[in-house]
Amino acid sequence: MTSAVRLVAQRELVLRLRTKWFLIGTLVIVAIMAGYVLLQMSFFGGEDRSRIGFAGQATGLSERVADAAAELDIDVETTTVVDLTAAKADLSDGSLDAVVSGTAAEMRVLVKEELNPRLRAVLTELSRQEVLTAKLAQAGVPDPTAVMAEANAARVDVTAIDPGSAADDQRLAIGVIMVFLLFMSINTYGTFVAQGVVEEKSSRVVEILLATIRPWQLLLGKIIGIGLVGLIQLVAIAAAGIALALAADVLTLSSVAVSTLVWGAIWYLLGFFLYAALFAGSGALVSRQEDAQSVLTPVTLVLVVGFVAGLNVMIVDADGVAARAMSLVPLLSPVLMPGRIAASDVAVWELALAIGLTLATIALVTYLGGRIYHNAVLHTGSRMKLTAALRG
Amino acid sequence: MALDAQHTAVRYAVEVAGLCKRYGDVVALNDVGFTVGPGELFGFVGSNGAGKTTTMRIMLGVLAADAGEVRVGGTPIDRETRARIGYMPEERGLYPKMTVRDQLVYLARLHGLSTNDAHTAAENWIRRLGITDRRDDEIQKLSLGNQQRVQLAAALVHDPALLVLDEPFSGLDPVAVDVMSEVLKEKAAQGVPVVFSSHQLALVERLCDRLGIIRDGAMVAVGSIEELTAAATTRLRVGVDGAPGWADDVAGVRVVGDDGDATLLELAQHADEQAVLRAAMAAGRVTEFSRYRATLAELFRNVVVEGTAQ
Repeated sequence: MTSAVRLVAQRELVLRLRTKWFLIGTLVIVAIMAGYVLLQMSFFGGEDRSRIGFAGQATGLSERVADAAAELDIDVETTTVVDLTAAKADLSDGSLDAVVSGTAAEMRVLVKEELNPRLRAVLTELSRQEVLTAKLAQAGVPDPTAVMAEANAARVDVTAIDPGSAADDQRLAIGVIMVFLLFMSINTYGTFVAQGVVEEKSSRVVEILLATIRPWQLLLGKIIGIGLVGLIQLVAIAAAGIALALAADVLTLSSVAVSTLVWGAIWYLLGFFLYAALFAGSGALVSRQEDAQSVLTPVTLVLVVGFVAGLNVMIVDADGVAARAMSLVPLLSPVLMPGRIAASDVAVWELALAIGLTLATIALVTYLGGRIYHNAVLHTGSRMKLTAALRG
Repeated sequence: MALDAQHTAVRYAVEVAGLCKRYGDVVALNDVGFTVGPGELFGFVGSNGAGKTTTMRIMLGVLAADAGEVRVGGTPIDRETRARIGYMPEERGLYPKMTVRDQLVYLARLHGLSTNDAHTAAENWIRRLGITDRRDDEIQKLSLGNQQRVQLAAALVHDPALLVLDEPFSGLDPVAVDVMSEVLKEKAAQGVPVVFSSHQLALVERLCDRLGIIRDGAMVAVGSIEELTAAATTRLRVGVDGAPGWADDVAGVRVVGDDGDATLLELAQHADEQAVLRAAMAAGRVTEFSRYRATLAELFRNVVVEGTAQ
């Protein structure tokens, strides 16, 4: 009996993995993600780096400027400018951001349009220190450098109430990407289940199959087979995405990423089984591919509404009441819960409740979907009424 | 094949007994019953909508009957026995995007054959039905005739112990009809009971050992062709050089038709042949006077179309 389920699943798996669309589709999505990562990289890489040229007397300042900038987390690259005309050209074409000349106390800065305000603060501070040191010496202070060092060592003491919030942006990004991938996978592969059911009906092969195996075996095998294809694709895409992002240093939270991947796979399975039964039951109502769209739209709509609303709620506040409530609604949790797990901290009881509710819904939906499928799968001709299919 | 030897030893008789099925207010089947012995070719005949397909679907377990049962070898049919049936549904169907070979191997495996046996059996039937050079093509790329051959192979690939074929000859070219006839006879010769429905009555007459006629969901005749046609009313073929209509007033005689050379008559039971002859001689020179057996087509017309149950 179970060997029939295995055979059906195997057919779906092999046939679908072998199509060129599976490979092409997967590669295209990975390529899009790689493009996204590269984009992030160029932002992070180019945004803050300032190239400063030092001319004449100012050449001796380059090291102090670099140190002061590093202290404020500003990325600077210093060069020595010999030819001021060439330096102006470099400023015009953007390969230099500023040229510093003059003494420490009287710095002159040449820029194309305006000076980066943070850089201006660094240079101004340096200039002030220089002036201050000179004034202290004039006032007869024995060791002005020591005084300045003491003054510079003064720091404010910061205590964070919510440490790690700097990582929140990354976590939210991981969560949003996961939500998107799950929505796509469940929707795509759920639709494949429905199309497979309709294909068997429209080609009439279902009658030969049902003369050999039972409806539930055919349905279960189909769902398992197609679900595995989707799982393989989801894990491949997510793993490739995480690997790319880690390699490019866009992502630094490898443990969050991996746990998101694992939870994503688990929730994909839960969500897929939940929606597959709905998709299969809907598909069984019609006999032609042309009619399929009309019965699938309501199912897809639930998924889309959950996805759009959930994504917005999550971006606004992943830990807010709305996000927490919506992630517990059975038809929405498969998409939202893994997003929340990535983006915020989900309480164990919430997770347990969501899984429990989803499993219960799967049982109910599988019963109803299986019943509709059983009653409608041999019905040919016009679209079958849902109530008729449920009654049998 | 080793499988053949193994299965010919088992000689099943199939009994269909008291099948009833209704769809709402419509009675699809009412007490349908017949028996097909081992090695027997049984023709199942009836108009469209008479209940042939419903009966066959119930035999396969695709539909559930409201009452009655199907017995194989004396025991009610179960899942395991059903896996040994070769079935060709009226609505032909295969996976359009699967290749011929993959399709046949898959179906053989679903019927319980091992991977190796499934491949061997698929290759055998592909060769036997002359579709070797198409075996790696998708079904949807085959001509209709070749699709039918694959469909037949699909019904035979697991070496069935019982064949149930719904309209196996419809849509076949003459060569394929011959191939199909040969295959059915061969399977019957191996002891496999073969049930098939057809509208091609000449074919049924030529192939079948016994047949059953169904009308409005009830069996109206079951037996061998000889039994059925012999039991029918006496028929006369009379050639007369004279005015047509000479037989209209003879008692107990009904004019069935006229084939140009002769008038075809049907006699009521106990009607006097001699009276017919006298009437014919009175009408003109009698060129022919013979008794003939009703063809299956005429029998069918009597029983089904005109509703004159015997």
